[in-house]
Amino acid sequence: MPGNSMLTNHKYIAFETILIKEIRRFTRIWLQTLVPPAITIGLYFLIFGNLIGGRIGQMGGFDYVDFIVPGLIMMAVIQNAYANVSSSFFSNKFQRCIEEILVSPVPNYIILLGFVAGGMARGVAVGLIVTAMSFFFTSLHIEHVFLTLLVVLLTSMVFSLAGFINALYANTFDDISIIPTFVLTPLIYLGGVFYSIELLPTFGQWISALNPVLYMVNTFRYGILGTSDVNILWALFMLGVFSAGLFGVALYLLRKGTGLRQ
Amino acid sequence: MQSISPKNAISIRGLTKTYANGFQALKGIDLDVKENDFFALLGPNGAGKSTIIGIISTLVRASSGAIQVFGQDVATHVYETKLSLGIVPQEINFSQFEKVGDIVITQAGYYGLRGDLAKQRAEKYLRKLDLWEKRDNRSRMLSGGMKRRLMIARALVHEPRLLILDEPTAGVDIELRRSMWEFLQELNRNGTTIILTTHYLEEAESLCRNIAIINQGQIVENTSMRKLLDKLARQTLVFDTCDELESAPTFNDPDILCTTIDSHSFEISLSTSRDINGIYAALSEQGILIRGMRNKTNRLEELFLSSLKN
Repeated sequence: MPGNSMLTNHKYIAFETILIKEIRRFTRIWLQTLVPPAITIGLYFLIFGNLIGGRIGQMGGFDYVDFIVPGLIMMAVIQNAYANVSSSFFSNKFQRCIEEILVSPVPNYIILLGFVAGGMARGVAVGLIVTAMSFFFTSLHIEHVFLTLLVVLLTSMVFSLAGFINALYANTFDDISIIPTFVLTPLIYLGGVFYSIELLPTFGQWISALNPVLYMVNTFRYGILGTSDVNILWALFMLGVFSAGLFGVALYLLRKGTGLRQ
Repeated sequence: MQSISPKNAISIRGLTKTYANGFQALKGIDLDVKENDFFALLGPNGAGKSTIIGIISTLVRASSGAIQVFGQDVATHVYETKLSLGIVPQEINFSQFEKVGDIVITQAGYYGLRGDLAKQRAEKYLRKLDLWEKRDNRSRMLSGGMKRRLMIARALVHEPRLLILDEPTAGVDIELRRSMWEFLQELNRNGTTIILTTHYLEEAESLCRNIAIINQGQIVENTSMRKLLDKLARQTLVFDTCDELESAPTFNDPDILCTTIDSHSFEISLSTSRDINGIYAALSEQGILIRGMRNKTNRLEELFLSSLKN
């Protein structure tokens, strides 16, 4: 006789099922998911790193190409973690196959963790591809391996959660492209990917301090190059707060049935 | 409000649903479906059938009322009730890009089944529903009937005690429909309670032992199929003759009304309470040889329309 909640082992199987389904999805359509970021970021490396970077000189005490590599890797991680969850979850809603999970006994937090883990998997996969490509343009060595991995995982989690919330509210495919275009892209470009915020006037630095991407990019840059515009502990704290906050919001919306249950 | 019996597969009490746009889909539904029953839920489009199924499956939230599945409240015993339920929705709701086998195995995973057990179950139900050969095909490549059978296989992979099918044979050809009926009957004989909504009244009459008719969010009839059919006062039978008719057959009984259709067929209207042996005897006396006979109208259809009118 079953109890009134799913067995822990069964919850793990359900989580693994969602994760495998998500990984199967983005690897099946690799031409849409894994190749484009590699080409885009490769062009950034070539143009901003090699061609223009040589004329820019140094930034933050490093060759410009070395300075932008961590930011570009982080940009790929952010965009792909977000896009994976927002498009996959919305597509599940659109095709109504999300009902497969909703009628099953899988708890809401397992559904959330499964999709977020799928987004993190794509974020990390793209991050690895882009990192491998960066070796064609510069020779990186990672200063703080554990911190670098931690930042990649936390960042991809934050943006997977954000993508999940976007998909919950979305009613059309347009709704899942608005946030990346009008919010995510400006945050990334103004988040210190291409420049050190020391170049900005004081007011600009204050405004930049409100941008969560700044903390992610700089902590990741610190992990690779050993230099950062922000305090690392504070940045990690902020990442933790964003993760917990977005997880709480996503779970609340899921329990409420926003965009899913009538 | 009636009390809830623990012997029921489903017990619904005082169920209401008003959607955000103000449409009141359900206006206080009370309904019991016994364990091992094969139950039909009939009603015109927009009557509230799919809303009831939506609420049972938790995809729709009730405005008020209670539902128990095998004695457990759906709202408080989410895990147990969902484990007992298999839902086959009206609309196709699986990924069009996934392989047939993956869809069923993935569904097994949502119920905590993995590896060999999930594969065995998937094979068992895909074979039973004639889809095993299609297991490596993308689901969008399946025909309409195959897609419906895939949804049944998916709903059965965790072997639920209660299977709810929302118009499972809509758009399915006759041969396939018959084979689906046989499969569902076998399932029911093996102990699975089945609730079926359908527009094919013949389907409900052939398969179901008990029936509820819902109209405008209210149950207008809830009885056994036998009792419901007994309510029909008259029936019309159509006879096909072996030879050409020289004149219309005659009967000495004022209850029997005979009308010629063409040179080889005629129809007889009579009370449902009486037997029809006497008709054959009278026809034999008049030298009329009968090649075939059928009921002119779908009996359930008449009752259905009369219930809706009342």
